[in-house]
Amino acid sequence: MLEFKEVTKTFEGSKKPAVNKLNLSIEKGEFVVFIGPSGCGKTTTMKMINRLVEPTDGQILVEGTNVLEQDSVQLRRSIGYVIQQIGLMPHMTVGENISLVGSLLKWSKEKQRERAKELISLVDLPEEYLNRYPHELSGGQQQRIGVLRALAADPPLILMDEPFGALDPITRDGLQEEFKKLQKEVDKTIVFVTHDMDEAIKLADKIVIMNAGEIVQVGSPDEILKHPANEFVEDFIGKDRLLQSRPDVTRVEQIMNANPITVKEERTLKEAIQVMRDNRVDSLLVIDEIGTLKGYIDIEMIDAQYKKRSYVYEAMDTEEYSVHKSDLLRDTMYRMLRRGSAYVPVIEENDRLVGIVTRAALANMVYDTIWGDETAEVAAAD
Amino acid sequence: MEAIITTLSAYGWDLLEKTGEHMFISLAAILLGVSVAIPAGILLTRIPKVADRIISFVGVLQTVPSLAILAFLMPFLGVGILPAIIALFIYSVLPILRNTYTGVMEVDSSLKEAGRGMGMSNWETVRKIELPLALPVIMSGIRFATVYLIGWATLAAFIGGGGLGDLIFDGLNLYQPELIILGTIPATLLALLANGGLSLLEKKLTPVAMRGETA
Repeated sequence: MLEFKEVTKTFEGSKKPAVNKLNLSIEKGEFVVFIGPSGCGKTTTMKMINRLVEPTDGQILVEGTNVLEQDSVQLRRSIGYVIQQIGLMPHMTVGENISLVGSLLKWSKEKQRERAKELISLVDLPEEYLNRYPHELSGGQQQRIGVLRALAADPPLILMDEPFGALDPITRDGLQEEFKKLQKEVDKTIVFVTHDMDEAIKLADKIVIMNAGEIVQVGSPDEILKHPANEFVEDFIGKDRLLQSRPDVTRVEQIMNANPITVKEERTLKEAIQVMRDNRVDSLLVIDEIGTLKGYIDIEMIDAQYKKRSYVYEAMDTEEYSVHKSDLLRDTMYRMLRRGSAYVPVIEENDRLVGIVTRAALANMVYDTIWGDETAEVAAAD
Repeated sequence: MEAIITTLSAYGWDLLEKTGEHMFISLAAILLGVSVAIPAGILLTRIPKVADRIISFVGVLQTVPSLAILAFLMPFLGVGILPAIIALFIYSVLPILRNTYTGVMEVDSSLKEAGRGMGMSNWETVRKIELPLALPVIMSGIRFATVYLIGWATLAAFIGGGGLGDLIFDGLNLYQPELIILGTIPATLLALLANGGLSLLEKKLTPVAMRGETA
């Protein structure tokens, strides 16, 4: 889809190249994030793709064609472009802004309007916003329009230059998630420049870390977190994130308790209470004959229904939330903490119950991580 | 007062004709100025390194007394309405040129970059981004030039260009202050009207989003 071959850029009056003999190939549909300290050449690299910066040497191929052999104006119309300053035209309505490239391509007014309507529905903004002016929108809404504007002519490739950099953290978070979803829907190849590692990890299929005009490491977020190529990458990622990344690879089955307290669904409530008392717990996971998870029951539910019902299956709650044993722990942890539940049952194929993850187990895991790391550091210092 | 009314009834038809001439001279000069200074101003924004020097040179031209310019032009263009228009045109260039240059330069560079990045040609950038956004500033340059030109157009009479200046010069020559007043008042009124009209137009042409700032 996109290929850099020995691409070099030396700006006038500077001896050191801003980008030095860069080689990289990007697949169709990939979300590639360029990251690095300021002045590392990431923005220059991106701008050479649509020739806002002309390469000094080397080739850039977009779908097999060298960009230098194309008319720069035509080339740019075929590549989406989103900038940090958003850059919506203040004298045009939101609709006119969205269909700006359409108007350059001489689309009919109807086609422009249709396309704008189609696009604005992608980001959950009401259609009447098309007639408003950019200054009437919030920053986050404006950048949504900025993204739509880049999508308008349906380009296969979109360049984004720190598009969420100027937004407040909460808006940025929301927009990142929304955009990641949108990218999957529209299936575009995206080249994204940022200096925010969290953003890169969150969005990228492939991260390209650059320093002093050269690529230091290319890989998926997981690969880079697990195997940073050198000290520069480690420093750039930061100790905190390397630590945080640990539970990323831990699977639920590694920390689960494989002997959850259960009760079969055809037992009576009286028997259930006995099981609770014997094991000193206030709730039980309900399973059937072959061990399939059916639901759960707790002491309050029994108390409320003791007089009306006599069997577990009549009183239990079937709205049970569970995780698969091969799920990543980071997802479980997040969902568990957010739901505020004290435990999550763990299942395997066919909903068979195989264990339970409790808050206590998560807490142990966190303590191990911190404590384990401290001892390692103390050992290293000695 | 009575004298003025008597003069008015005597010169009424003349007054109308002279006002017409006056308007024509001013309008022609300003249109000429607009059509030269706006493109020139935009061109200057493409060569910002030398633009300042060119603008100060035009500024020097502006300081030459208008009477002197008229006198200088006589050997080349003779007398009549044409040299008058050209002299006034020279005066109109600077304010429009300067405002076009500043207005376009002040357009947010991220908008120009967004435009370029989306595939606007140079001309499209000018037409769709730079001109519309610089228009309020350009318009105030035009307004400024127009008001001055209407005043200076009275000097056209000096080289036989006609206009309300005729009445004023006649008044001077014949020691008839009423005639001077009769020439001055319409000229002033014209200037005020032009100013008002162009202000309105300026507001109307200001992009909706920018109205709060410039008003």
